[in-house]
Amino acid sequence: MIEGFQEIFFSRYNYWMAILLMLIGLYALIAKQNLVKKIIGLNIFQTAIFLLYISISEVRGGTAPIYLPEEGTLYVNPLPHVLILTAIVVGVSITAVALSLIIKIYEIYGTIDYDELMTVVRGR
Amino acid sequence: MLQDQLLILIIVIPILSALLIAAFGWYDRRWCYPITLITIFFQWCISLLLLHRVVHEGTIRYHVGGWMPPLGIELVIDPFSGFILATIMLLALASGIYARQSIEREIPPDKTVPFYVLFQLLIIGLVGMTITGDIFNLYVFIEISSIAAYALIATSKRSYSYIAAFNYLVLGSIAAGCILLGIGNIYVTTGTLNMGELAAVLPSSYHLSTVHAAFLFLIIGFSIKAAFFPLHLWLPDAYTEAPSAVTVVLSTVMAKVSVYALFRILLSIFTPAYMIDSFPITDVILMIATIAIIAGAVLAIAQNDLKRLLAYSSVSQIGYIMFALGVANQLALEGGLLHILGHAVMKGCLFMVAGIIIYRTGTSRLSEMRGLSQTMPISCAAFALAGASMIGIPPTIGFMSKYYLVLGALESGHWIYAAVLLAGSLLAVVYIWRFIEIAYFSGEHDHHHAADPEGPLSMLIPIASLALLCLFLGVFVNALMEIIEPAVTLLLGGA
Repeated sequence: MIEGFQEIFFSRYNYWMAILLMLIGLYALIAKQNLVKKIIGLNIFQTAIFLLYISISEVRGGTAPIYLPEEGTLYVNPLPHVLILTAIVVGVSITAVALSLIIKIYEIYGTIDYDELMTVVRGR
Repeated sequence: MLQDQLLILIIVIPILSALLIAAFGWYDRRWCYPITLITIFFQWCISLLLLHRVVHEGTIRYHVGGWMPPLGIELVIDPFSGFILATIMLLALASGIYARQSIEREIPPDKTVPFYVLFQLLIIGLVGMTITGDIFNLYVFIEISSIAAYALIATSKRSYSYIAAFNYLVLGSIAAGCILLGIGNIYVTTGTLNMGELAAVLPSSYHLSTVHAAFLFLIIGFSIKAAFFPLHLWLPDAYTEAPSAVTVVLSTVMAKVSVYALFRILLSIFTPAYMIDSFPITDVILMIATIAIIAGAVLAIAQNDLKRLLAYSSVSQIGYIMFALGVANQLALEGGLLHILGHAVMKGCLFMVAGIIIYRTGTSRLSEMRGLSQTMPISCAAFALAGASMIGIPPTIGFMSKYYLVLGALESGHWIYAAVLLAGSLLAVVYIWRFIEIAYFSGEHDHHHAADPEGPLSMLIPIASLALLCLFLGVFVNALMEIIEPAVTLLLGGA
């Protein structure tokens, strides 16, 4: 039982951490009423996926993927890093668009609380 | 040779043109429209050329920067993507022509330049999604098109558009996260991102739960993007609040490309054998698709706003296309592909009519459109024609696609589902008729400028040509089937 738990949890804790972070992000995205907090949740959600990618590229005992002339050097897989670099850029742009939308919403409705926003919208 | 570079040109030229629009638009706003139009026309010509070559010479591959896969990114065009590419470029051209007069009324003048830049970026993302052969590259193009779409929705003068764009952004980003996770799982299992290679390597790991998880994440992600019921919640607000020209692009081009990506993932990367043997999901898709058809149509009937009515009708029509995926045999998929083209043409026409009505009267409420057929005869006739196609009256394109869908469903023995599909058509009669009745049969019109021209030619020409296209495509459906048949055979055979 204990060994099974160790097998499932400790040897794969990077996956558990990613799942945990992802759920925290999703929770914030759904449950928080403040629009900015929703976007923070979205960022946590995305970061969880990024960390998952980075953690799976790890090769035990591997070094940075720089080409060295000597034979037999163990490298960390560089491809997920490159992919995530792209995904981070995408994430930043989405955050920028979202925040600028929030600024506009605040200018028009005077609130960034989702419930209040809905009452203001219905009141018009 | 330039001939071999066509695949990259169709992406690179609009990127340059987006920069040009920004530069020239800063100098003088009037430059934006011609540059956009020339670029899209050029892309359309390339897409037709590519379609012609693909049909006659087979699949074309292009390696970006000369890097061979699996290291480099590959652009692939086969009969399926060639067909989709030609379809979306045709609709992009029509909405490009339509956009100028329409946005004059619906977006503030200082947003004109960003509008055209974003419009161009949206088209780049969608074209890229269609022709890419690399699954991560697909994700990047999805995000390019999505970010452009979020911003485009927010260009509208209607203040609620910001909230609609925000809701779409949140749901769209969750979808993108799911897609990214799915891609990650596939990469962990196989170590490759190239679609062609994945199709060859994946079958050996079909029993792994990692692959099942990847499959589910990808389906959910793309279903949100394609607004497949019950994941359609962003759609009605986004379609209603966006400027009409944007709604046309979103409902025709963007929805279709998302469905295309779903087809690609389910049938090319994963094979139909996987869906039947290892992970029986076709029945679930079929069931949800029929619910989508009925629920979308019922919700459409309940609306009082023409654009919102058409938006819910889109939810219903996406159900038809997913129905093809649920049946997944030759005939049904041919019907599905035909419906992708058919729905793009007719829904494009219907939303354009809604746009010209907003241009003319400033409202999209159904109750204020009484007797509209007297002041806007061409638009209302176009609406009737495209509406007939939406219902599925022969010989329109809408009839042909539903005919193939029903044949496919009957061939697989799903006759109950076939009956539901026909019931969906009957419900379409109800919501299309609501407008027809108000426009044609409800007495005197409230608008007193009958002598004015109906609307600018740049809006009327796309409307009329799309409406006529509904008819012509249905009559000359055999010529279309010559392109669609090999595409479906290729899909079912595994790319």
